[in-house]
Parts: sequence; C-alpha cells; structure tokens
Amino acid sequence: MSDIPAAGRLTVTPEAREAISHLRAAQGGPVMFVQSGGCCAGSTPMCFPDGELIIGDIDVLLGDIDGCPFYIDARLDDAWGRDQLILDVATGPPEGFSLAAGDNLHFITRSSACAAPSTTSEWSLP
Amino acid sequence: MKYVPPGETGSIVSVEPRYENFIGGKWLAPTQGKYRVDLSPATGRPITEVAQSTPEDVELALDAAHAAKDAWGEASATERAVVLNGIADVIEKNQEMLAVAESWENGKPVRETLNADLPLVVDHFRYFAAAARAEEGRSTEIEKDLVAYHFREPLGVVGQIVPFNFPLLMAAWKLAPALAAGNTSVIKPASPTPWSILKLAEVIEDVVPPGVINIVTGPGAEIGKALAANPRIAKISFTGETVTGRLIMQYAAQNLIPSTVELGGKSPNIFFNDVMAHDDEFLDKAVEGLVLYAFNKGEVCTCPSRALIQADIYDEFMARCLDRIGKIKQGNPLDTATMLGPQVSAQQIEKIASYVEIGKNEGAEVLIGGNRASVDAEFAGGYYFEPTVLRGNNKMRVFQEEIFGPVLAVTTFEDEADALAIANDTLYGLGAGVWTRDGTLAYKMGRGLKAGRVWTNCYHQYPAGAAFGGYKISGIGRENHLMMLDHYSQTKNLLVSYSVKPLGLF
Repeated sequence: MSDIPAAGRLTVTPEAREAISHLRAAQGGPVMFVQSGGCCAGSTPMCFPDGELIIGDIDVLLGDIDGCPFYIDARLDDAWGRDQLILDVATGPPEGFSLAAGDNLHFITRSSACAAPSTTSEWSLP
Repeated sequence: MKYVPPGETGSIVSVEPRYENFIGGKWLAPTQGKYRVDLSPATGRPITEVAQSTPEDVELALDAAHAAKDAWGEASATERAVVLNGIADVIEKNQEMLAVAESWENGKPVRETLNADLPLVVDHFRYFAAAARAEEGRSTEIEKDLVAYHFREPLGVVGQIVPFNFPLLMAAWKLAPALAAGNTSVIKPASPTPWSILKLAEVIEDVVPPGVINIVTGPGAEIGKALAANPRIAKISFTGETVTGRLIMQYAAQNLIPSTVELGGKSPNIFFNDVMAHDDEFLDKAVEGLVLYAFNKGEVCTCPSRALIQADIYDEFMARCLDRIGKIKQGNPLDTATMLGPQVSAQQIEKIASYVEIGKNEGAEVLIGGNRASVDAEFAGGYYFEPTVLRGNNKMRVFQEEIFGPVLAVTTFEDEADALAIANDTLYGLGAGVWTRDGTLAYKMGRGLKAGRVWTNCYHQYPAGAAFGGYKISGIGRENHLMMLDHYSQTKNLLVSYSVKPLGLF
C-alpha cells in the first residue's frame, strides 16, 4: 500500500456505521470499501465482502471502520486534493457490484469541503 | 410533438406488468421468482417490473449461450451477416417505439434517442455485418514450401455488462462485434435501465437464433460477479466506473481470459481564439460544441465537462455560450422540443448536487444554474438538474472527477502549450475536443492530447468505424471499429509444410 498519510481523513456518519454493522452480521464477516472514480457510478464508494478486490501498492488505506477498511487509489486521492471524506448512506440501490447499505440504500462519500445536509455527530477515525 | 408515456392509452410503447429474462430465445422467470420495480426518472413512478435475478439465472443463460455457440460459431460469415442485418432491419422498423421506451426509462430527451441512439444502433449492426463479410484471414509464404495460414475463430461465450447512460447503443456496441465474430453473449443491463433492452429483445427475438443473445437483469452485487467471474465465459467486457473495472480485470486474470473495460473520463473541450475570427456558421457550431456538455444530461463517458477557452476570447465566447445554455428547454423527455431530461436516478442527482457544492466550496464561480430544476408539476417527482457552468481552475475537484451531470467546469488558457498541459492534467484520457480554424494547430493538439478520441471541430459524434476507447485510467481496449473483431476472436494459425523432405534431425 501507498505510504501517503491517511490518518483522520475518513469520517463515518452514525447511519453508515449502523449499516456496516448490519452488513457485517449479514455477511458473517467484515466488508471493504474502495472509492471509485470515472463513468456512471464513479465518485461512489464500492462495498464488497472484505478481500474481494485485491488491494495494491497504489491504494491508500484512509480508515478502518470496526475492522472494515476503506481504500482510495492514491492517484484519485491526489486528484481530489487528499480531501477529508465522509462515509454516509443515501436512498437508492447501489451501483456496480457494490453491496447495499440496507434496503434501498447505498453508501456514498461526501467531501468535508461540502456542507453536509445532516450535521449529526460524526465520529472521526484514526 | 409529445409522445404518450409507455403503457398509457395511446402510447406507441406497450408495457407488460412484468418482464422475465430473455434466455435461449425464451422468456424465463427468475429462478427465485423475485422482481423489482423499474422507475421512470421523469416522474419517479414505476414503468414495470423486471426480474431480480440470482446466480442460478446467470447459469441458465450460460447454458443457453453454450448450447448455441457451436452452430453460431460455425455459421458462415454470410449467414451471420444476414442475422445482423436482420436485427438492424427490425430495429429500424421499430425505431420510434424503442426511442420512446429508452427515453422514458433513461430520461434522455427523445430528440436524442430518435436522432442519435437508435439510428446509431441500427447502423452499428449493419457495420459489423459488413465487417464480418469483408473479413479475410492472412496467409504467409514463410518458405517456399512452408505456409502460415491465419484464421479467426470465435472465443465462444462472452459476458457483457452495459451501463445505464446508453442502454441500447452500448448494448449494440458490445453485441454487434461479438456476434459478428461468431460468439454468443450473456448480457447484463445496468440496474437503472433494464427494461429498454428487453423491449429490444422483443423486437429481435424472431430474427436471432435462440441462445445467441441472452439477457439477465438484476443487481450487480448478485449477478455481476456471477457473470464476470464465471469460468464458463471466454471474455468479459464492461463499461462503467474504475473500481468495478478493476474487479472485472481481476476476475478475468483469475480465469485467464481477456477483458475490455471502458471506465469514463473528464474530457477537455478546447477552444482557440480563432474560432471567433469570424461571426459565421463555424462559430455557431463551436458554441454548440461547448453546450454539448448537456447532451444526454451530461451522462456520457466522454462528456466534454471541462471547457478550456483561450483567455483573449473568454468573455465574448462565454457570453454567447451562456446565452445558448440559458435557452436549453428542460422537461418532459418525450417532448421533441425538450433538450435536457431528468438524470437517470435519485443517486445520480444527489451526486451532481453535492459536486456543485464541492465546487462552490473550492471557490468555483457559478455562471449559470447550480440547482435542482423546477419543471412542470407532472414531472415534479423527476430528477431534474439545471444546466450548470462552474468557472474555476483545473486543480479543483470539479475539474478532476466526472460529475456525470449537466455541469461544465470552465477555465482559460494562454497558448497552445498551456492548453495541452491543462487538458492532459487528468487521470483520464477518453475523449477530447479541439476547436480551431487552423488545421496545423488542430493536428498538433490532436496528437498531443493523451486521449483515445479527439474530436476536431466537432464533438459527440459516434459513427461506427471510428475507434473509441481510453488512454490512462479510462480503460483498456477499443470499441466501435472493425478492430473489435480482433478483440472478440482467437487467432488460429495453421503452419503447413508442403515439402516431403524430413528435417533430418532424428
């Protein structure tokens, strides 16, 4: 993995944390998140059973939510200005091959540079 | 003219209450009997129900594709071309109906589906019918009595995953070359747009031999991997975002099969100052060329979503463009006067709105738009966003990531070197546009841009015969050209000795 400093750059909303907890129970193990870019569902984080996508040297570990890692491609991370990202859930089914965040819910990442619609307490991760 | 929405009295599009998978030339209910609602993004209301398939249904489709592959693979190029031309003919006969269906499901304005998507679908099948007929193997006289013959042979059964932005055209881009090369296909449409391709299947079902085209609808997490990682496919092709692209290539590597992935871009559209040398038809074309970022609601992998304008014409050129953008008619996608329909889904419009906020927070100036659009009450539940222009600089995130909406990021450049540096300062390299009256400059820019397609004094044209695909992280492989026959074939070499003399080694 890349050695770009990532500490504290992922924040998780309580809704996302709850969805992850349900997913862990349903999957019988941890999940992983990988931030996507490009066409169609680009810009959304993809959620898979942990280990589904092979992580490479190009990937930065941005955070870990109760044993569920969140990665971003270092090139994308640079292009996005090594932004602080907020993992949240939103209405609608997931895209790509991503697991859902619950019934008719999908995971999203928001930028901390962007005023969040919900400002409930968010838990910062090491 | 306004078309009546599919399923309503007087519509040219009939709608069944639910649609099964199209497998082996038959309509098969999903094994687990589950369905899900398919929505129109214009209203947010249901159109119909489609199969919520599971991996068992993918296996059924693969069974059918395998059962059909030998006969189809051994059919002569003439026979295959007759089928491809037959597909083109029946689609052409039903072009208006399919245009309305696709427009209603995707949200793209019917003026686009009538004049671009469907005619291109028809032509694509004809192009590959012709390519299959004209295809020749090569033979080489390696020595006087030693000849190498090269034949193309089909791969077998291929898996194809299409995106939501061009549900029919992207399916045609994948199916036509695969079939022309003698393969059979299992195709998965995107989750937001499963129905229009099933309407297309209804149209072509009597023309295509059973099992040659098989369509399975359902969520990517359930059936995407079941198809892409399946050891019974000989190739996988995919259009979508980068992480799924990686996953597709990973599965292909594990099965040791080839893959083609097209993963989007952040395409620059570059306007040199000589576009304003005359106030003429060409200038008008250039202005429209900038406004094409709103084509298909910006939901295009090659959306010209970064406009680079030479600084000395910026004010006047942009004023003309903003005037044109201000005249964009937004609303009912089935009204031929509508230029901008709804985004495909609630997820997409939320993403677009959040990017505009990101842009504002980064210091970008909103020149026009920036908000969800209000349209007629009938479409109040639709996912409409105003055509938007943000002015900023290329380091901003709104210049670096595809927003996939009608949002243009605009900046200026000083000279040719500056334009090239800004244009190439991106992770992606799918499309680019260059506008100038200077042919030499256009050529130099075209060769300097790190992108697979450089439109020169045009944009968003997709004729069959012009290769399409990405540089950098925009993907691997090409589509839309007869070279696709290579991508969908094995090369068989027969090395034949016509000499009777032994080697003399043993």
